[in-house]
Amino acid sequence: MSTTATASASGERTKAGIRLCTRQDLVPNSGVVAWHEGSQIAVFAIPAGASTDLELYAVDNHDPFSGANVIGRGIVGELGGELVVASPIYKQHFRLRDGQCVEDESRRLRCWPLAFDGDDVVLLQEDSIVRA
Amino acid sequence: MNAPDNLTAPHSDTALPRLIVIGNGMVGHYFLEQLIETGVHRRLAVTVFGEERHRAYDRVHLSEYFGGRDADSLSLSESDYCDLNGIELHLDEAVTAIDREAKRVTTTRGEYAYDQLVLATGSYPFVPPIPTLEETTESHAALVYRTLDDLDRIRNAAESLAERDIRRGVVVGGGLLGLEAANALKSLGLEAHVVEFAPRLMPVQLDDQGGDALRRQIEALGVAVHVERATTEIVKGETHRYRMNFADGEWLETDLVVFSAGIRPQDRLARESGLAIGERGGVVIDETCHTSDPDIFAIGECALWNGQIFGLVAPGYTMARTVAGCLSGTCEPFSGADMSTKLKLLGVDVGSIGDAHARTEGAVSYRFIDEAGHGYRRLVVSADGKRAIGAVLVGDNSYYDTLLQYVQNAIKLPADPASLILPQSEGTPLLGADALPETATICSCHNVSKGAICQAVEGGCSDLSALKAETKASTGCGGCTALLKQVFEHELESRGIEVDRSLCEHFAYTRQELYGIVRVEGIRSFEALHERHGKGHLGCDICKPAVASILASCWNEPIMEPSLVPLQDTNDTFMANMQKNGTYSVVPRIPGGEITPDKLIAIGAVAKKYDLYTKITGGQRIDLFGAQLHELPEIWSELIEAGFETGHAYGKSTRTVKSCVGNTWCRYGVQDSVAMALTIENRYKGLRSPHKLKFAVSGCTRECAEAQSKDVGVIATEHGWNLYVCGNGGMRPRHAELFATDLDDETLLKTIDRFLMFYIRTADRLQRTSVWRENLDGGLDYLKQVVLEDSLGLGDELETQMQHVVDQYECEWAGALKDPEKLKRFRTFVNDKRADPDIIAVSERDQPRPARPEEIASLAVEVTS
Ligand SMILES: Cc1cc2nc3c(=O)[nH]c(=O)nc-3n(C[C@H](O)[C@H](O)[C@H](O)COP(=O)(O)OP(=O)(O)OC[C@H]3O[C@@H](n4cnc5c(N)ncnc54)[C@H](O)[C@@H]3O)c2cc1C
Ligand code: HEM
Ligand code: SF4
Ligand code: SF4
Repeated sequence: MSTTATASASGERTKAGIRLCTRQDLVPNSGVVAWHEGSQIAVFAIPAGASTDLELYAVDNHDPFSGANVIGRGIVGELGGELVVASPIYKQHFRLRDGQCVEDESRRLRCWPLAFDGDDVVLLQEDSIVRA
Repeated sequence: MNAPDNLTAPHSDTALPRLIVIGNGMVGHYFLEQLIETGVHRRLAVTVFGEERHRAYDRVHLSEYFGGRDADSLSLSESDYCDLNGIELHLDEAVTAIDREAKRVTTTRGEYAYDQLVLATGSYPFVPPIPTLEETTESHAALVYRTLDDLDRIRNAAESLAERDIRRGVVVGGGLLGLEAANALKSLGLEAHVVEFAPRLMPVQLDDQGGDALRRQIEALGVAVHVERATTEIVKGETHRYRMNFADGEWLETDLVVFSAGIRPQDRLARESGLAIGERGGVVIDETCHTSDPDIFAIGECALWNGQIFGLVAPGYTMARTVAGCLSGTCEPFSGADMSTKLKLLGVDVGSIGDAHARTEGAVSYRFIDEAGHGYRRLVVSADGKRAIGAVLVGDNSYYDTLLQYVQNAIKLPADPASLILPQSEGTPLLGADALPETATICSCHNVSKGAICQAVEGGCSDLSALKAETKASTGCGGCTALLKQVFEHELESRGIEVDRSLCEHFAYTRQELYGIVRVEGIRSFEALHERHGKGHLGCDICKPAVASILASCWNEPIMEPSLVPLQDTNDTFMANMQKNGTYSVVPRIPGGEITPDKLIAIGAVAKKYDLYTKITGGQRIDLFGAQLHELPEIWSELIEAGFETGHAYGKSTRTVKSCVGNTWCRYGVQDSVAMALTIENRYKGLRSPHKLKFAVSGCTRECAEAQSKDVGVIATEHGWNLYVCGNGGMRPRHAELFATDLDDETLLKTIDRFLMFYIRTADRLQRTSVWRENLDGGLDYLKQVVLEDSLGLGDELETQMQHVVDQYECEWAGALKDPEKLKRFRTFVNDKRADPDIIAVSERDQPRPARPEEIASLAVEVTS
């Protein structure tokens, strides 16, 4: 099963960055969660306009309001033109592009830069961003 | 002042003038509200005495006490209302005497001085002096219908007869209250009879034809009516407990007798203290509600104004406003009150307006008689034919609001006045909201005029509930609800305000409109709907689940279809209910609450294996808590192996059908309630709806399954099933309403099919059946017409749609387990097999539960130290 294949390969450092998972692991218009060195990263894949490719967003899976690790399981949507994910517990919205909570200015989720490297989804590192 | 030692000083602040109110009934309580509203209560030391145990409650809705409401929900205020406003309330403490000389009252507990006194003692039921056989225990032959305690006595009397096959109850008196009492007896499962002395029912409000039409309708509902019967004595019965002998030689046997032969003003205190009393009772008041003693007022049903007693709340409230006004310095005289009434008696509409009996000199009447449907309408017009002065309605109160406005506001009649009472299909000139003058009274309970409503709208009230809160309109008896809505919407429209009923920023439609679009255009995906009718390009957490639910209700495709997944709420996506720590609960379906020992053991084994917290739910099934996302497929495959299906506890869909054990085991049961519950649950188990649906089936009227608190409640009768709809528990409980009686199995299912599909088709997003029903124009009658009489010609279509949903049913979990693509989603981490390390459980009462934050902190300390 593909799970095993990706699991063994994740965390591997490639030229592009750190490999998290593959394209097949993603669910368009929705989120999945990847483990990375003790962090839980919620990865969202949104079809970008007319093109067939997916835009990637990565925010912290930890919901600051409930204290549970659930953001990756929230509904993705659009509020006032911004892409957001709604926490499945108390329903606050967080912007995908910068993690900012719409309802509470003082809360913001940690974000990571992500990109496709072929069929791999990779976490861009400072140094890899420079090279990319 | 040289007060005697035993004189209790209720308020420490004796500098304030002391106002004592005797009676904490509807009018007494309203009076307190008026004092508080005008602020006078701060300038007075107010003490209230109530003879009853309960604080003031809604006597008008007293009958609902047998329909599921309790004393608390009937209360007119919170228990600390008086306290918070510095008013001393003494309940269960009757005033026994007034010493006007010393300005002091004596109660069952002490003596209190007053400066001013308000009598709000109401009235008491008149029990005619009929010789009755003596009984040492609580008599069942002289019950009355006025207070909560009276109703407890009736209930106890009825319950003490529970072992009998046929239990019969007689109400003496065929007036408004008598018919309500008869309905109450019927709802307690008794065979109900009404005995009336006059030749017709409701002799005060109705004329002969009206009384006759009402009688026929009521007899058709199974209440026996005996008119022109004077009871001469009550003796021991042969087949029942008592026998009532009538003056004409006839007799009737019964197990209990409730007297509702009229009310008498409670004027004993006034009488004994020498106040002026009317010839036939009642404390005489003038137009400022003063009695013959300038320091004593009387209001409500104990007061006699201009030779008249007013047996309704609205005039009592007007008197209360007058007195509160006098005390605050702006006396608005009481000038009588309109005694028009609109009622539903045993489900039959009855209305009486103004001069119903055409007693005015030269009055001319128009009458409409429907002998087939036992309907009757009469319009009384002034001698010159220009003004309506009265009306009688039996069978259909939809004419009431318009007629009342014609009478109250002296609106000029149309050229053909009869058109006002002719069947409406013939084009009745309905009086639109704009035809009403500013002064027209909309809510007579709280005396709210159309002008006041317009003002509130002008002031920014833009939704109906805000308007109700602001003006109090329609918060009394509720009779004006429809008219209020009409005026409100007209006012909004005339200001060019469009009521925004859009679902969210992506769809400018209501759920109901979207439902229509999906069906008519055969749309099967969110994308297609959004592309054709939406805005933006993604949707949001409001419209996506709403559309998903509509699609499921229409087409019932498995919710795990890839195109549907991103739409669902997380609970629907993962087919389990997320709990506060991100774990899920698992609820297998246990139809009707019936389960074999083997299956019970299987559930136990799964719970044990995965260390799940186990609890019995309120819906007669078992909830397993604490499963992590990646454990769900394994848990479900074991449950499905053991023969379980998903319980849809996560969806806005059919939840449970609760049942009692029924006639298979229970000695009272009259039908097999478990079998019916299984049939119902298996039929509707996959149904998606605007909100969750709960059902119950009871095997007899004892109602052990509490079916009357469900969206769909079924109660067995000797002849079949009674169907109740639109009940609700939860935050805002609502009693289900009787919808149809004595249905056979097939008709029952057909009726439920139609009812549910009509709800699904027309309800708003997340609207329970109860709220939907309350907002449904035309109310229960309209719903009955659509579902039972098929007035919209939708019956077959609704049944076919339901059958489609039933045929499409598939256990979503069984489907998901077969599909590796779908299983992919059930991974806590896509790139790692570990469980979520932040989910920590501790043991309590031998079961796991989520650790609290402070426990997690101390665990961390242990690990590091
Ligand atoms: C079943 C039913 C249905 C009704 N339906 C309608 C309707 O649809 N529309 C409508 O307009 N009206 C209706 N009414 C009538 C309405 O309830 C009365 O008009 C209203 O309650 C009168 O209010 P009140 O305060 O004058 O009297 P009450 O509500 O009777 O209150 C008087 C209170 O004073 C107390 N009291 C009496 N003597 C003493 C004393 N000596 N010391 C201390 N306390 C004392 C009594 O115990 C009582 O609690 C209905 C009444 C009943 C019973
Ligand atoms: C089984 C019996 C009944 C039950 C359980 C019941 C329950 C209720 C409840 C819960 C409310 C809402 C109260 C609130 O919002 O504070 C209500 C309102 C009302 N009831 Fe009843 N009721 C019953 C019978 C009746 C009967 C027989 C009548 C008429 C004689 C009636 C007339 C009304 C009216 C007019 C309203 C106000 C409606 C509105 O505001 O839209 N009810 N009832
Ligand atoms: S009108 Fe009511 S009288 Fe009529 S309804 Fe308004 S609250 Fe009662
Ligand atoms: S409701 Fe059911 S359990 Fe209760 S008495 Fe009737 S048949 Fe028996």
